[in-house]
Amino acid sequence: MNKQDILMVGVGGQGTILASDILGEAALAKGLDVKKTDTLGMAQRGGSVTSHLRIGKKVWSPLISPGEADVLLAFEKLEAARWVNYIKPDGLVIINKLAILPLSISLGTQRYPDDQEIIDSFRQRTSRIHLIDGTKQAGLLGDIRTLNIFMLGFLSHFLSINFDPAIWKQAITKQLPAKILDINIRAFEKGREVASSVSL
Amino acid sequence: MNTVRKLLSGNEAIAQGAYHAGILVATAYPGTPSTEILENLALYKDIYAEWSTNEKVAMEVGLGASYAGVRTLVSMKHVGLNVAADPFMAAATTGIHGGLVVISADDPGIHSSQGEQDNRHFAKLARVPMLEPADSQEAYDFIQVAFDLSEKFDTPVLFRITTRVAHSKSVVELDDERVRQGRTKRFHHNVEKYVMLPTHARIRVPHMHKRMDELTDYAETTPLNQLIEGNDRIGIVSSGVGYEYAREVFSDATFLKLGMTYPLPPKMLQQFAGKVKKLFVVEELDPFLEENIKILGIHVEGKKHLPRFGELNKSAVHHAAVQIGTTSHSSKTSEVRPLKDLPGRPPLLCPGCPHAGAFFILSTIGQRNKILDASGKSKKESKLIITGDIGCYTLATYPPLRAMDTTACMGASIGQAIGLEKAGVSSDIVAVIGDSTFMHSGITGIVDAVYNDAKITVVVLDNGTTAMTGHQDHPGSGISAQGCATNKVSIEGIVRGVGVSDVQVVNAFDVKSVRSAIRSALDNKALSVVVVRGKCAVANKGRKNQRQVDLEKCNDCGVCLMIGCPSIQKKDGKLHIDAMTCMGDECTVCEQLCPKKAIVPSAGKVNR
Repeated sequence: MNKQDILMVGVGGQGTILASDILGEAALAKGLDVKKTDTLGMAQRGGSVTSHLRIGKKVWSPLISPGEADVLLAFEKLEAARWVNYIKPDGLVIINKLAILPLSISLGTQRYPDDQEIIDSFRQRTSRIHLIDGTKQAGLLGDIRTLNIFMLGFLSHFLSINFDPAIWKQAITKQLPAKILDINIRAFEKGREVASSVSL
Repeated sequence: MNTVRKLLSGNEAIAQGAYHAGILVATAYPGTPSTEILENLALYKDIYAEWSTNEKVAMEVGLGASYAGVRTLVSMKHVGLNVAADPFMAAATTGIHGGLVVISADDPGIHSSQGEQDNRHFAKLARVPMLEPADSQEAYDFIQVAFDLSEKFDTPVLFRITTRVAHSKSVVELDDERVRQGRTKRFHHNVEKYVMLPTHARIRVPHMHKRMDELTDYAETTPLNQLIEGNDRIGIVSSGVGYEYAREVFSDATFLKLGMTYPLPPKMLQQFAGKVKKLFVVEELDPFLEENIKILGIHVEGKKHLPRFGELNKSAVHHAAVQIGTTSHSSKTSEVRPLKDLPGRPPLLCPGCPHAGAFFILSTIGQRNKILDASGKSKKESKLIITGDIGCYTLATYPPLRAMDTTACMGASIGQAIGLEKAGVSSDIVAVIGDSTFMHSGITGIVDAVYNDAKITVVVLDNGTTAMTGHQDHPGSGISAQGCATNKVSIEGIVRGVGVSDVQVVNAFDVKSVRSAIRSALDNKALSVVVVRGKCAVANKGRKNQRQVDLEKCNDCGVCLMIGCPSIQKKDGKLHIDAMTCMGDECTVCEQLCPKKAIVPSAGKVNR
C-alpha cells in the first residue's frame, strides 16, 4: 500500500493537531502503522503549529523530510508558505484562504505575501494546488471552529488510502466532545462534497 | 491478560507502562517535554501523584516513597535534573528499596527551554543505569523493565527521553490491566544504607562500583540491546529517536540498537565491530556513545559527520551517509526555497493576558522601549533594569514590550537583581517572576534579599497557574495534581512572613493601580514586593463585550499596539480589534491605556 506523509499546518487555536489526531486514529483503526509529531513552540495561543503525520506499513522517522510530503494541508496562508520545500514533486497542496496577521504586519515592519506569490512558490514543485475558502464554508455550517474538520473532509477525498466512512465517523467521535459532534460530522461531509466537485 | 492497540505519545506510554509496572507514587514539576507523564498518571485514582514544589523536592519525595518499598516514578525536563541533582546523586549512593525510576526529558533543538544539554552524562556521573526508548512502544515496554532493574540492582534508573520521543505518537500494543508488582510496603531501618554520614557513604561507594560491574554484565545479554543483521559493509550503533532516522537512511545496514545506553556492553560492541567493515554511531546531541565506545579501544566514527547540537533528523543522517560513502547523492529535484522574508509568528502573550498591563508599564519607565534597539541592545544603561525568569512572561522580551533584560533559570531573577544592586549599578532594578516559579525557587531568593538588605523591587506576576507548560496546579493554586481541593500557600503571606514590609497586591487588569504600585515600589529605596494578580487568559472562560476601535476618535498614536496584544491589529492603515480573540470585559487594558478613549465595548456606538 501507499505510504502517505501528511503535513498539517496552522495557527494555534485553529485545531490543526486535532485534525491530524483524527486522521491518525483512522489509520490506526485501519490497522496501519502511524507516527505523528507536533511542533508548537512556546505560545499558548496564536503561534505557528505544525503536525507531521506519517502512515504506512512500517514507519520509522516521526518527522517528514523536506521534499517528501505527499500532502500539505494548511489552515492559514502564511503558514502554508513556510513549507514549500517540504512538498514532494507533484504533491497535493490544500490551503485555506485565510490570513491571520502576525504582529509585525500591524506594526508595519513586515509584509504579508499575496496569494499569487504563495501559489507561484508552490508551482516550483507541483501544480496540484487548491486555495479554498474553508473559513467561509465553516461559517455557513454555523461555527467557524469547524474549519479544521471541513478541511479534513476535503482532504479525505484526495487521500490515496481509502477509509471506510464508518472509520472516519468513529475517529471523529473518539476525538470530539458529544455536544459538538453533529456539526463537525456535517462539516466533514461538506468538505468531502466540496472536494468531489473540484476537478484536478 | 489481553492486549489492546493504541496511538500514544511517548509520555502517555510511559504513564501507562509505569502504572502497569505497579507504581504507587509519582512526583514531578511541570516542564516541557515531560509534563504529560504526571498529568496522565494523576488520572489514576489508585496511585498517589503530586506536583511537587520543584524537581529537587519531587526527587526527595520519590526517594522517601522508594525507601518505603513502593515503586515510584519521578519525572522532569532536562534542566529539572540540574535542580534535582543533589538528591539524585544521593539516591544513587544510598540505593533504593521500591523501584525508583527518574525520567529526564531532554529538549534537543530547544523547542521550549532555556538551553540544550545531554543528560545521558548524568548516568555516568551518578553511576546509574540508563534506558533510552526510541518510540512509544519501547517507552511502554522499557519503563516496566526499568522498575525491575532498579530493584534487582538496588539503584535508581535514569530513563532518558527527548522531545521527539516524548511528544510523538506511535502505535503501542499494551496490556489492558494492571498487575501489582514490586515489594511489600515497609520501611526497613538501615542507617548504613540510608544515613549518609561519611563513614556510611564510604561503605556505599564501593557498592556503586560493584553495581556498575554487575550492570555491565547485564548489558551484554539484555534484550534491551538488539542486533539487527544486515549488510556487513557498515554497522550502525544507535539509540533513541536517532535509530529511527538511521533505519530509514541505512536501510540494509547491520544495526546494534541500544536500549540500555549506560553502562555499555563491551563484549557485544567488540563482536559487533568485528562483524562489520566500518562502524558508525548515529546519536543526537553529544558524542556520548561514540566517546564511551572509543574508550573501549574500538574505532568508530560519528560526530565527525553529524551535528553536535540541535535536533537530529533524517536529512542530517542522510548527509552523513553521503559523506562516509554508503549512499550516493540523492536524485531529488533541485532545492526549492520558501518565499524570502516571510513574517515570523513569534510567540506572544495571549489576548487578555494578565501580565500585559504590568509589562506595558515597565516598558515605558525611562522609555526603555525606545532606548533598546531592534535586537534588544542599548548604548546606554536604561533607568530601569528588569531581571526576568522562566514562564510565559519571558515572552515580554520580544518587541514591542522588550521588558526583560535577563533570563537564566528558574528563580534566578531575584538573585540576579540582588547581584546587580550589590555591584552598584545606578539604575533601578526590578525582578519579575511568575507565581509557580516563585514557589519553585523564588522563595530562597526573597530570603536572601531580606537578609542582605537588597534595595530591589520584586514583581510577582500571579496568574494562578503554571501557564506555559499547559496550566498545571501549584502550591498557590489550592488544587492538587489529582484535582482535589487542598491547602493554598499565599505568596504575600510568605513574603511578609520572611520580613518584607513593603508588600502590595494589585489587580492585574487595573492599569492605574498596577502603575502606582510599581512606581511607589521603585520610589521606596528598600526591598519592595508587588504581587500583580489576574486570571490566566486561557483559564478565563467568561468573554463578553469584546472591544473595538472607534475610528473617529482614533488618531493612530499607536499606544495600543505597544501592548503587544495579538487581538489588536492594523490592516490597510486602520486599527481593529479581532472580536474572535479579544477577552472583552475580562481585560480592557487597551481601553484604559488609549489616550483618546477610542477603544470601546462592541455594544457601544461605533462608526463602521
